[in-house]
Amino acid sequence: MNNSDITIARDNDGGSIFKFLLRELKPKGKFFTPFNIISLPIMLLGLGIIVIRFWKGLGSVTNLTQEVPWGLWIGFDVVTGVAFAGGAYVLTFMVYILNMKKYHSIVRVTVLNGFLAYLFYAGALLLDLGRPWNVINPIIGNSFGVSSVLFLVAWHFLLYMIAQLIEFSPAIAEWLGARKARKILSGMTVAAVIFGITLSTLHQSGLGALYLMAKDKIHPLWYTEFIPILFFVSSIFAGLSMVIFEGSITNRVFSDQISEEHHKGHNSIIISLAKICAVAMFAYFFLQIVVFVHGKKWELIHGPYGYWYLTELIGFVIFPMMLFYYSYTRNSVPVAKIAAIITMLGIIVNRLNVTVIGFQWDEAVRYIPSWMEFVVTLTVIFTEIWIFRWVINRMPVLRESPSWAAEQH
Amino acid sequence: MSLDRRNFFKTLGATGVTLAVGKQSASASPAENKTEFFGVLYDSTRCVGCQTCEVSCAEANGLTAPTETPEAGKIRKTTDKYRTVVNAYSSDNGEVYVKSQCMHCNEPACAAACLTQAMYKTHEGAVIWRGNKCMGCRYCMVSCPFDVPKFEYHSYNPKIEKCTMCYDRTQQGKLPACVENCPAEAMMYGPRRDLIKEARKRIVENPGVYVDHIYGEHEAGGTGWLYLSGIPFEKAGFNTSIQTKSYPELSKGFLYSVPTIFVLWPAILLGIREGTKDNNLNEETNE
Repeated sequence: MNNSDITIARDNDGGSIFKFLLRELKPKGKFFTPFNIISLPIMLLGLGIIVIRFWKGLGSVTNLTQEVPWGLWIGFDVVTGVAFAGGAYVLTFMVYILNMKKYHSIVRVTVLNGFLAYLFYAGALLLDLGRPWNVINPIIGNSFGVSSVLFLVAWHFLLYMIAQLIEFSPAIAEWLGARKARKILSGMTVAAVIFGITLSTLHQSGLGALYLMAKDKIHPLWYTEFIPILFFVSSIFAGLSMVIFEGSITNRVFSDQISEEHHKGHNSIIISLAKICAVAMFAYFFLQIVVFVHGKKWELIHGPYGYWYLTELIGFVIFPMMLFYYSYTRNSVPVAKIAAIITMLGIIVNRLNVTVIGFQWDEAVRYIPSWMEFVVTLTVIFTEIWIFRWVINRMPVLRESPSWAAEQH
Repeated sequence: MSLDRRNFFKTLGATGVTLAVGKQSASASPAENKTEFFGVLYDSTRCVGCQTCEVSCAEANGLTAPTETPEAGKIRKTTDKYRTVVNAYSSDNGEVYVKSQCMHCNEPACAAACLTQAMYKTHEGAVIWRGNKCMGCRYCMVSCPFDVPKFEYHSYNPKIEKCTMCYDRTQQGKLPACVENCPAEAMMYGPRRDLIKEARKRIVENPGVYVDHIYGEHEAGGTGWLYLSGIPFEKAGFNTSIQTKSYPELSKGFLYSVPTIFVLWPAILLGIREGTKDNNLNEETNE
């Protein structure tokens, strides 16, 4: 517990909540950091592109075609982004369902990360909608397309965001010094976790199931009826790799907020997560082999797509799996971090292979994202990081909860 | 209390259904099976490639008239401006013309994909697009095996363009514009069942004229548009790798697993949580 907690609590007891919020909205710390200098111009440019997009239509900024209607914004921002956000459901499963107390210190930051990822990547979906003003139609119930996988995914995004907000809400209550609210909200955590894991199982696989009807359009090396299961299993190690990666960055950037004890514990957490990743990746690799052999895909292995498939499986699944294995047998945190980065690249490669690279692979005119699509994608990511930083600097996410919160347990 | 036991369970059931089970319902309910779908039989041996269908389609739907003519070796595609196009293919017996437009599947992938029911299979058989429901996600385009729905990429208020089998006209008792205006009588509008009989009759009565296959009878689970051809279909620009199962069938297995997981997962998770909790207590007391 440090001094700022005391002041926050006292301020609120004084009743000047608006003054407090106004003060908290102001930026903290140095403004001209390297990250700000790089990200701000890109975000402004992205904002301009978004304005053009709504004014002149999607075709004015994207390279989407009639044959490839879903490009980078869906394939990367939504499908890949949500896979990376999978760490939240895996960690809450470990901490609240399996009662592994060891990981408790990183649950909050992971849930925050997951919540913001969903908020922004599902938000990016709005940019891709041609008629976004009708986005409420599947929600308010005047036209339920219940046979659609996308209907399921849309509802799950919404419900899971609420579940994650509930999981994170005790931190908000601690920030505001709302003692009663915190007690009620933290009582809802377990229910939100159970609901959230169920939702995650279904929509992580559901993102893959979206492509089941595009049977004739996806390259046969990536199209399989097991896409949903492959997407679900890979979201486990995708999410955990993100936790390792994000943890190693936040621990450096926000090191002043982390207690000595947690700093020490972090390496042991990384090694344990590496172990889980290695096992999950082995299961995933095994599934891929079963799908490959069962689908009689041997003759497809020759040619550029075949080699690309082998690159994905050997370079981005087996290789990082071995690195994870090496890292926990030798207790090497740097190797685990490298493995996490390669795994994340592999997830990007895999998701893009299904959604963009292998999609309409035999079309004469291929879709290649425009530079503006990349800028908007970066804008979404940078905005998320800005909000993430804003929250970390104010709420007890990495730092210890105020002492009154600990007493409530 | 106004909510008695019976009503409570009813409400509970209804809520449960909308939350979980409702997501799986397939496109055709028993009541709809009784309806007679209408379709069009297109006989490519009669088509002369005059493009009257294209012109009348544009007129009927307020679109632009075609500027290009069918040429063998050049593939024209339907776009957000043209709902139907005629292509020419060279064969041993001269040029063959084939009209393409939405196939109006019996179980359309686009309608199953649509999360707002904007893409809608009417009881009459036409698959229509309803702009007041559509949110422009383009999942219909991803799912359609024939790549039919087209999107207006250069509009701030984009529409999905596709053939609607002139649903408005047929509701008024008129024929689809292309069918009505075809000078070669290459098209015939009617109940799908009758069209298949007619197509079979033509194949049998004119030996050597037709390929013994009705494209659309079984393709994609059956389509509203049915094609007869004098040359093998793969040589006339048809996608012959289309599966005979309907496309919504492909995601049915996944959707059916949803209610199961929704019921089982929370129970299992709660069980595991309680189980591991006890272990912790024992450990603590042992220490």
